[in-house]
Amino acid sequence: MTITFNSKIPAGAIGDKWATYKEDAKLVAPGNKRKFKVIVVGTGLAGASAAATMAELGYQVDVFTFHDSPRRAHSIAAQGGINAAKNYQGDGDSVHRLFYDTIKGGDFRSRESNVHRLAEVSVNIIDQMVAQGVPFAREYGGLLDNRSFGGAQVSRTFYARGQTGQQLLLGAYQQLARQIGLGNVRMFNRTELVDVVTVDDRCAGIVTRDLVNGEVVSHAAHAVVMATGGYGNVFYLSTNAMACNVTAAWRAHRKGAAFANPCYTQIHPTCIPQSDPTQSKLTLMSESLRNDGRVWVPTNADESRSADQVPEAERDYILERLYPSYGNLAPRDVSSRAAKRAVDAGLGVGPLKNGVYLDFSDAVNRLGKDVVEERYGNLFQMYERIAGENPYDVPMRIYPATHYTMGGLWVDYELMTNIPGLYAAGEANFSDHGANRLGASALMQGLADGYFVLPYTIGNYLAPMLNKPIPGTDHPAFKEAELAAAARYQGYVDIKGSRSPDYFHREVGRIIWDYCGMERTQQGLEKALSELPALYEEFQKDLRVTGDAESMNQTLEKAGRVDDFFQLGMLMCRDALEREESCGGHFRAEYQTDEGEALRNDEDFAHVAAWEWTGDPTKSIRHSEELNFEAIHLATRSYK
Amino acid sequence: MSNHLKNLKLKIWRQSGPTDSGHFENYVMDEISDEASFLEMLDVLNEGLIGENKLPVVFDHDCREGICGTCSLMINGQAHGPERSTATCQLHMRKFKSGDEIVIEPWRASAFPIIKDLMVDRSAFDRIIESGGFITAPTGGAPDANLIPIPKTVADAAMDASQCIGCGACVAACPNGAANLFTGAKIAHLNLLPQGQAERFKRTEAMVETMDEYFGSCTNHGECEAACPKEISIDVIALMNKDYRKSKLKNRKEISRT
Ligand SMILES: Cc1cc2nc3c(=O)[nH]c(=O)nc-3n(C[C@H](O)[C@H](O)[C@H](O)COP(=O)(O)OP(=O)(O)OC[C@H]3O[C@@H](n4cnc5c(N)ncnc54)[C@H](O)[C@@H]3O)c2cc1C
Ligand code: SF4
Ligand code: FES
Repeated sequence: MTITFNSKIPAGAIGDKWATYKEDAKLVAPGNKRKFKVIVVGTGLAGASAAATMAELGYQVDVFTFHDSPRRAHSIAAQGGINAAKNYQGDGDSVHRLFYDTIKGGDFRSRESNVHRLAEVSVNIIDQMVAQGVPFAREYGGLLDNRSFGGAQVSRTFYARGQTGQQLLLGAYQQLARQIGLGNVRMFNRTELVDVVTVDDRCAGIVTRDLVNGEVVSHAAHAVVMATGGYGNVFYLSTNAMACNVTAAWRAHRKGAAFANPCYTQIHPTCIPQSDPTQSKLTLMSESLRNDGRVWVPTNADESRSADQVPEAERDYILERLYPSYGNLAPRDVSSRAAKRAVDAGLGVGPLKNGVYLDFSDAVNRLGKDVVEERYGNLFQMYERIAGENPYDVPMRIYPATHYTMGGLWVDYELMTNIPGLYAAGEANFSDHGANRLGASALMQGLADGYFVLPYTIGNYLAPMLNKPIPGTDHPAFKEAELAAAARYQGYVDIKGSRSPDYFHREVGRIIWDYCGMERTQQGLEKALSELPALYEEFQKDLRVTGDAESMNQTLEKAGRVDDFFQLGMLMCRDALEREESCGGHFRAEYQTDEGEALRNDEDFAHVAAWEWTGDPTKSIRHSEELNFEAIHLATRSYK
Repeated sequence: MSNHLKNLKLKIWRQSGPTDSGHFENYVMDEISDEASFLEMLDVLNEGLIGENKLPVVFDHDCREGICGTCSLMINGQAHGPERSTATCQLHMRKFKSGDEIVIEPWRASAFPIIKDLMVDRSAFDRIIESGGFITAPTGGAPDANLIPIPKTVADAAMDASQCIGCGACVAACPNGAANLFTGAKIAHLNLLPQGQAERFKRTEAMVETMDEYFGSCTNHGECEAACPKEISIDVIALMNKDYRKSKLKNRKEISRT
């Protein structure tokens, strides 16, 4: 397949594009919708909302998730909130301001047209979720409450205690459940996508593996939506749920879908530092804590007193000092690097000196313990359970951890990949956050894609296919993909080497974290690109999966996911190596200002890198899509 | 600083599939850091088993942050183990001491058949939600979110109920295998909100009747509340029963209003 990149941005002024698109889009008449089968893979915010809405419209929808219930998708774990340009606080917010903040936050590496549409539909999301019964936080007068998040100077974040993702996902899940109950959606739980099938350069369906009995089966459809989340677990330790993986997107990539900007990964500044080598994941402490918590380290590397004994004069409030206008609410990448530098300089706190303080004592004094508890009570409890310390008495210790991946499947304005009929939504696509995502904007994007974008754009693709036959699962392309998938899983069992998938996962994760993490250098990336293929070879020879491929086998599931992480990891390092600039979450040590801030190179890199699979993950081909900034002028991103 | 626990005696339920009768198997965990979570302890056990060419213990888990509701272990006879309002994944080894015997079993309830080892099938919960656990609000037609003010106390009460993570501990802890706490929590969440009123009685009837198809009946033991990691109050069951009775008495399902 030859790759063509047409981003299909509608003509017209930035604020008119989406309206124009909707007016011009081809429609499928209500009575004809049931003639179309749409597959949605993933039941996070993006997948559940897309599936529910398309089923409501009348399409036949088949939905897949590897979880035991659609309600368990990783979106459930989001804590802090969701942005929307409602301007309920009357503090000067607007669609344009949210648009501007997102473009700037993304360090001018996202597509203006998509981002503007996101800001436009953000307001509908809140209306929709309230109508569904999401119990957002409210003021005493009964109106919706807001808080602020990093990278914004207005309060536009809606929240439901520290469980915003849970409440939003349950809302979307309930809409999906309604459609399942009505018979409009067929739901396949504990079923993993293991391949994507194309026939005549169009997406014809998918191949899945039943995790309970290992059965490999094909499913044909008119269109397929990948709403399969991000790939942060390539780092092994991250804030993602244990099962998050890249397999769906990666298998699509291997079938011809371009993978965009894989090196854009986000490190979240406020996670609980690692305490032990057996640790399996890192826990995020919501960024909203930075509304009231102050980040500091002692000025003396040998400081041994407890935090409350360190006098003010011997504390360095790093963010307030470096970024006076945003202070503790500086964006994630900026805040993360500040913490890393403090720890690298030996100023870290805690038993392993691997964190910085996030201190609430001023907030408790100013607002009272009750107010602090009302705002963050459940986060404090969670912290205490994990770290064994009470944050009302002792400052929290935090350190950055991998959290989100901005890169993903390349999509056009319609959220279609370069394979016709294959769409990507939510964290799985690359589209809206450029090189850095603002807090509370992922939930917004997932729901925007699923509720308000895909249901329109898919119709435009399907309309001309009315009453035309599509390839069935007896087509040789499906049979071939099924055989290959079954052989792949049997192959892992047959290696019978000596090391578990987790061993290899930890090793890949270590390499990626060391060389393609918070700070990257040419030398480090080259080192990673020589170590990874060697380790991958070892994986292929020395993997051990006990049990068989015909029954529930979690080790086998893991083996397939780690295999794909290896391949993705190599691509990430190549992408990071070839992007000779620093932008957002991609910080190349060679490209920084005298003050240590990211130095972009707009001349050569104001584009999306979209990679084409060639069969060898170290030899992928780099294509680019130029980014044009018409509504907002390219400017240096400053949070001083 | 972390301490190490030594010589933990694990007694774990092994069952190769739904039709196997299953049995306990004993394992010794020589050493584990007290900073490790309970599930990380099982990870270490499993890596060891793979090392010995044996089958690792199958168990459900995902977020490991106490929010997705996937983890589901009966630990020493207690659903989610000894720490109150804490899901299995948030339980840490510092709650145990060297030499302890720890018995680990799956949720046991007829509505939750065992798939393998410690993993069960909880899809009966989904059936309850599918039958009415939603507000019908098709995409696109919603009015402005601030059109209907909701008193903070009402929003907070709805939120208290909607925190349920769907883990099934309430069912596992109940001597009758009843799902009243789970079902009551969802009904309370939606029935308390102004947006939930139109379908209030229809919802209650449908959900209660679906629940009764799969689960045992509640005889007010209260074990569910004690096991719930989200501290869902047993009051939600009273609310559910009240709305169910009202609905039945006056056949409000048809008129759908209070
Ligand atoms: C701890 C944490 C806190 C966060 N807090 C916030 C916040 O406060 N605000 C915010 O805006 N964002 C937040 N985020 C980010 C946000 O939660 C995610 O980006 C977003 O929820 C992703 O949604 P999604 O629908 O794209 O994917 P997900 O919710 O990850 O869903 C992916 C789905 O795809 C399925 N799937 C994946 N691969 C396959 C396969 N091969 N076969 C079958 N099914 C598959 C999974 O089963 C799942 O159903 C947070 C993230 C984390 C980790
Ligand atoms: S009510 Fe509590 S115990 Fe029952 S499913 Fe919900 S969270 Fe779990
Ligand atoms: S693993 Fe998610 S709640 Fe325990």
